[in-house]
Amino acid sequence: MTTTAETATAELLDWYEQMAVIRRTEQAAQDLFLAGLVKGTTHLAAGHEAVAVGASTALRDDDYVFATYRGHHHAIARGATPEECLAELMSKATGLCGGKGGSMHLTKADRNMLGSYAIVGAHLPMAAGAAWSAVLRGSGQVAVAFFGDGATNIGTFHETLNLAAVWKLPVLFVCENNLYMEYTPIGSVTAVPNPAADRAAAYRLPAELLDGNDVLAVHAAVATAAQRARAGDGPTIIEARTYRQFGHSRTDPGKYRPEAEVAQWLARDPLTLARAALADRGVPESDVDAADQRARALVEAAVAAAKAAPEPDLATALTDVWADGSAGWRS
Amino acid sequence: MAELTTYRESVAEGIAREMRRDPAVVCLGEDIGAAGGVFKTTVGLYEEFGPVRIRDTPISEQAIVGAAMGAAMTGLRPVAEIMFSDFLACCWDHVANEIPKVRYMTGGQVTVPLVIRTANGGGLGFGAQHSQAVENWAFAVPGLKVVAPATPSDVVGLMAAAIRSDDPVVFFEHKGLFASKGPPAPPEHLVPLGQAACLRTGTDVTLVALAATVPTALAAAERLTAEGVSAEVLDLRCLVPLDMRAVLESVARTSRLVVVEENPYQGGWGGTVASIVADEGFELLDAPIRRVAAACVPLPFADRLEDAVLPTVDTVAGAVRALAAY
Ligand SMILES: Cc1ncc(C[n+]2csc(CCOP(=O)(O)OP(=O)(O)O)c2C)c(N)n1
Ligand SMILES: [Mg+2]
Repeated sequence: MTTTAETATAELLDWYEQMAVIRRTEQAAQDLFLAGLVKGTTHLAAGHEAVAVGASTALRDDDYVFATYRGHHHAIARGATPEECLAELMSKATGLCGGKGGSMHLTKADRNMLGSYAIVGAHLPMAAGAAWSAVLRGSGQVAVAFFGDGATNIGTFHETLNLAAVWKLPVLFVCENNLYMEYTPIGSVTAVPNPAADRAAAYRLPAELLDGNDVLAVHAAVATAAQRARAGDGPTIIEARTYRQFGHSRTDPGKYRPEAEVAQWLARDPLTLARAALADRGVPESDVDAADQRARALVEAAVAAAKAAPEPDLATALTDVWADGSAGWRS
Repeated sequence: MAELTTYRESVAEGIAREMRRDPAVVCLGEDIGAAGGVFKTTVGLYEEFGPVRIRDTPISEQAIVGAAMGAAMTGLRPVAEIMFSDFLACCWDHVANEIPKVRYMTGGQVTVPLVIRTANGGGLGFGAQHSQAVENWAFAVPGLKVVAPATPSDVVGLMAAAIRSDDPVVFFEHKGLFASKGPPAPPEHLVPLGQAACLRTGTDVTLVALAATVPTALAAAERLTAEGVSAEVLDLRCLVPLDMRAVLESVARTSRLVVVEENPYQGGWGGTVASIVADEGFELLDAPIRRVAAACVPLPFADRLEDAVLPTVDTVAGAVRALAAY
């Protein structure tokens, strides 16, 4: 993907900016939630940015991405704008799903980001099916399913790994291991220490265990796995260790997490790590600050536009059940 | 007189016709390939279309239906088999939460043109976990089309419509009808979804039936002719779209309605049919609406007991007789 040190540096700065956009969007989502402008719930991905950006930048534009309810970062990394995302959270007509999906179902199908699913594990077989379809159509696309550590204990994970292994599908299983399900540490309910990677052997699949806060490490692992998949060598499991900076959802203060653990992970913030990598490559701090400023301006404008956007037309409550746009079920 | 064909053979015939005309149609399921399916409903497909388009799967209902969904969202028209309809419970998240909701919840960004075929219903002594008629499970979910043919040619014609549909379809094949025979489907046969068939005209009472209750209703109607009762028999063919116009038009002629359904009375589809007729056709009625449905128990094993809880010609004829005398 990266050929020279120069392009690598320019790309890294771009990745940093994408991560900054996601971070600002998540902070805005939290602020809007607390202000009562986002109803229902949100599951913020602040802290997980390097997984989304590292992976997305290692994929082809036409590759398929399936995410979970904690999926704002994947929508943005695949090309959704902060404005479309925030408008959806705020129940606006201009939202990604016209206000019919909400925070948990962000989808950008015209970029092959084929949805965010809120039943744990449900989208894993969908990614396998998209990969199967790519094989049958000879398109060379790969499909990627992002999921949490908690999803490794549900049946679909195991059914899908087996099927994908037997069919040698071009699919990547990327586990964002943030050490917790909702409030329970994953280690206390899982038979193996690394919930995704340690299961790979049972399906004779290769696994990569890596630092999910290091955007370069994620990018490299996903690039390699995607190459394997495209070459017909089948799926890879990638377990990216990361940490969420907010609670599980809504206003969860995350009190069940030890303070020292939180502090240790905040010190390893993916943006901080990327800044350090940029400094190592001699990028002036002012360039990074400028990227931050652009991200901030973009998200501020997105918040303003989303606030000003119209509410959905009432008629849309009764559209798009069926492919012809209608919702009729009887004569 | 043309040769008759079976309902069972018509399943494979219906799928094969669509696979010949559209390379995007693929099949997946347990034992559907070289084995030809546990009910022999996919015999010949593997030989004609090969292992790439006719895909044997592990016993993984969630992976089967979930993969079908992912494939349908990305350009294929998968036909997934769930061996027995009772097993839909093993992939119910995908059937009830994922497939029917994804188009709506994404604001119409995706379509899911897939078919889930499954062997439904009782009468063969398979016991409680392999016999229940569960078409009402699917009927309870907005976003699914629900098809349940009663005759060999309808199997072919409705299969064509189901596979060509850009919406998800649950296609219930009735186990008790697999061996039944009828005229084969003509070439290019297509039965649009949501059009009931009037199989017998009558003046005194309308019998609304589906799948295996169609022959039951027809036999009851035949028996009642001798008693001077003229019964009209409608085969709904589909629960979604539900052809209520046909039902209301028939009731306008007969003024009496008996709904014959194999799923349990409790939560069965006949409740919806009856409520619509009560709402919109009350003035058409000269008598209460009657529902003949399965008893609200898991299906028993012994033939004698199974017969006692499923609609039979006797119970249907009895209900019609009582209603005609009302
Ligand atoms: C099948 C199912 N069971 C339970 C839930 C409720 N639930 C929502 S998120 C969650 C925790 C998931 O943890 P993990 O997979 O680690 O993802 P994370 O939220 O940490 O990103 C649970 C239990 C659900 N949505 N789906
Ligand atoms: Mg987790």
